[in-house]
Amino acid sequence: MSILIDGNSRVIVQGFTGREGSFHAAQMIEYGTRVVGGVTPGKGGQLHLERPVFNTVAEAVRETGADVSVIFVPAAFAADAIIEAALSAVRLIVCISEGVPALDMVKVKSFLGTTRSRLIGPNCPGIISPGKCKVGIMPARIHRPGRVGIVSRSGTLTYVAVDQISGEGLGQSTCIGIGGDPIIGTSFVDALELFAADEQTAAVVMIGEIGGSMEEQAAETIGRGFAKPVLSFIAGQTAPPGRRMGHAGAIISGGRGTAAEKMAVLRRHGVHVVENPAEIGRAAKKILGRVPG
Amino acid sequence: MKIHEYQAKELFARHGIAVPRGEMAETAEKALAVAETLGYPCVVKAQVHAGGRGKAGGVKLARDRAEAERHISAILGMNLISQQTGPEGRRVRRLLVEQGLDIARELYLAILLDREREMPVIIASSQGGMEIEAVAREHPDAVFKVHVHPATGLFPGHARSLAFRLGLGRVQQQSFAALLTRLHDLFLQFDASLVEINPLIVTRGDEVLALDAKVNFDDNALGRHPDIAALRDLDEEEPLEVEASKYDLNYIRLDGTIGCMVNGAGLAMATMDIIHFHGGEPANFLDIGGATSAERVQEAFKILLADPNVRAVLVNIFGGIVRTDRVAGGIVAAARGLDIRIPVVIRLAGTNEEEGLRILRDSGLNFITETSLSDAVRRVVDLAKGA
Repeated sequence: MSILIDGNSRVIVQGFTGREGSFHAAQMIEYGTRVVGGVTPGKGGQLHLERPVFNTVAEAVRETGADVSVIFVPAAFAADAIIEAALSAVRLIVCISEGVPALDMVKVKSFLGTTRSRLIGPNCPGIISPGKCKVGIMPARIHRPGRVGIVSRSGTLTYVAVDQISGEGLGQSTCIGIGGDPIIGTSFVDALELFAADEQTAAVVMIGEIGGSMEEQAAETIGRGFAKPVLSFIAGQTAPPGRRMGHAGAIISGGRGTAAEKMAVLRRHGVHVVENPAEIGRAAKKILGRVPG
Repeated sequence: MKIHEYQAKELFARHGIAVPRGEMAETAEKALAVAETLGYPCVVKAQVHAGGRGKAGGVKLARDRAEAERHISAILGMNLISQQTGPEGRRVRRLLVEQGLDIARELYLAILLDREREMPVIIASSQGGMEIEAVAREHPDAVFKVHVHPATGLFPGHARSLAFRLGLGRVQQQSFAALLTRLHDLFLQFDASLVEINPLIVTRGDEVLALDAKVNFDDNALGRHPDIAALRDLDEEEPLEVEASKYDLNYIRLDGTIGCMVNGAGLAMATMDIIHFHGGEPANFLDIGGATSAERVQEAFKILLADPNVRAVLVNIFGGIVRTDRVAGGIVAAARGLDIRIPVVIRLAGTNEEEGLRILRDSGLNFITETSLSDAVRRVVDLAKGA
C-alpha cells in the first residue's frame, strides 16, 4: 500500500492548459499517473495532452470519475479552485500554487472541515507514491519504491533528502510535501496518522522548519505512542528571529518556533533528530536497519 | 510588509478609529509648526519600522516650544538603536508630532492570525504600554484572548467579554466595542497579518484612543491592495534586499562571511545550517527559486558580492525538474560578465549533473566544483577562513 494515492487514483488538473499546468501534467502522464482530464473555465470541450478539458470541476468529476485534483492556478484564485474541488466532492486536493493569502486559507480550512475532502498544500511540491502515482512537481527520477514515508514542509530540501535516501538503497512508500505556508491543509500529525496505518511504511522521515508549532504537535503525537521509528531534520537552526526565511510560514516570532525548541521537543518524544542535513540518508539507513522485515 | 505608525494612524482615522491629533513631518521646521498648531504638551515620535523607540530615546514629551525644538533636533536624523534595529541602528527620517493626552489607563489590543487554531485571535491586556511578551510572561492573568471564527465573524460578545475583563466602565465599553469592530473590519479588509495598539488609552474624559499603531500586511495579498502596497518605505529596508526583491530573489542579509546561493527556501535554510555545522557563518539567505536564466543568476551574484563581508561563495543547486546543465550554463554566463575575485564553490547535484559539472570545469573560470554537499561546505568554510 501507500497513502492517499496509488495506481488507481484518477487525477484531474485545475489550470490544465496554463504553462505550469501543461508542463507538469505532461510530466505526471509520463510517470504513469492516470491523468483523466483537466479544468480550464472557458476551454471546455477541447482536448489537451490528449485528454478532455472541462469548464468546471463538477463536470470533470462526473465525466471522468476523478477522485484527485491538482491545482496550478495563480495564487489569487487558489482558494476559489480549492473550494470548487471540495464542492465537487474531490477526495484529495493538492494545491501547488505559491503565495495564497493567509486569510483566504482561514476560510478554506474552515469550509473544508464541513466536507470530506483532504487538502495538501498550498505552496507545496505535491505527493508521490513511487512506482504508482505522482501528483505534483517533484522530480520523479530520484524516487524509488520502498518503505520510508517522507513528510516535509519544503520542496528542494525534500528532493535532497529523497536523493540521499534512494542513494542508500532505500525506497519510499509515499512522499508528501505539505507546504511552507502558515495555514495548510494537511499537517505533520495528519500525515503521521496516515503513515501509522500504512503497512508499506516501516519508518518516517519528517522534515520540518522554523515557525509555528506543527513539529511540536507531531512530537506529542509520537510521544503518545507511534509504532514506527521517526527521523527528523529541522531547517533554520541558524535563522535570525523575526525574519521570514522564504516561506511565509518560516518565521521565528516572539521567541517561539525556533529550531532548537522543536529539536528538543522531538528528541524528548523519542524522535531521532539529525542536525546535519547531509546525514539524512545515512541516518535513515541506520534506523531502518533496526526495523524487522 | 510593515508601514509607519503615522501611516497606520491615517488608515485608522479613515476607518473611524480614534487617534490623537497629529501630523507627520520630514523637516524640523514642519515639525515645529505642527507642534505650535497642536499646542502643548505634545509628543515627538521617531518614525522607523522598529519597536523599542521609547527606550531608545525616539519618543519625547514637549511641554513648551523650547522643549519641542530641542526634541525635534535631537530625534530627527538620529541613529536610533533599539533591540529590534540591530547594532547598526536606523536613521530617523520622519517624525510624528502629536497632541499630549490626559491618560487614565493604558491597555493593549491586537488582532493577529493564530496559526495553530487557523483563525484570527484578539489579544487584549489591562497592562498596556509594555512589551506584550513580557506581560504574558510575568502577568499571564492580565492577558485575554478570544478567537474569531471565519463563519461567525466578530460578535458583540467578543467585545463584551474583553471589556468586562479589562474592567472598562459602561461608557468606555461602548467606545471599546466600536473601536474593536472597526479594527477587526480593517484587519480583514486589508489582509493584515497584525494590527496592534500599544497602548490603547482611556482618557479621563472616557475616550478610547489608539496612542500607538502598528499594522503589518500579508505580502501574499498585497496584489489586491495596491493602495497599501504604495505605503512601502524602501528607506526602512536593507538596500541589498530591496535590490534582490526587484528580481524576485529572496535575499536576507546576515552577518557571516560565506555568501550562499541556493534553489529553494528550505534547502537555503538547511545550507546555512550545514555551514554553521562545519564552523562557518553564512553571510545571507538567498533563494533563487527556479531561476536559471543567466540574467537572474547574474543579479544574484551581484547582490552576494556587494556585501563586503563575503569572503567566499557557495552555490548549492539541486536540479529536479530544473536541469543542472541549464543552471551551470546560467552560472557561467553570469560569471563571465562579472569580475569575481573571491573563491566560488559550486555544488551541483540532480538531473544532468555530469553535464553541468563539465560545463563549469570547461568554462575556464576559476570555480571549485563538488558533488557532495558536505565536501562543498567544508571547502567553502576553509576558503572563507583564508586557509
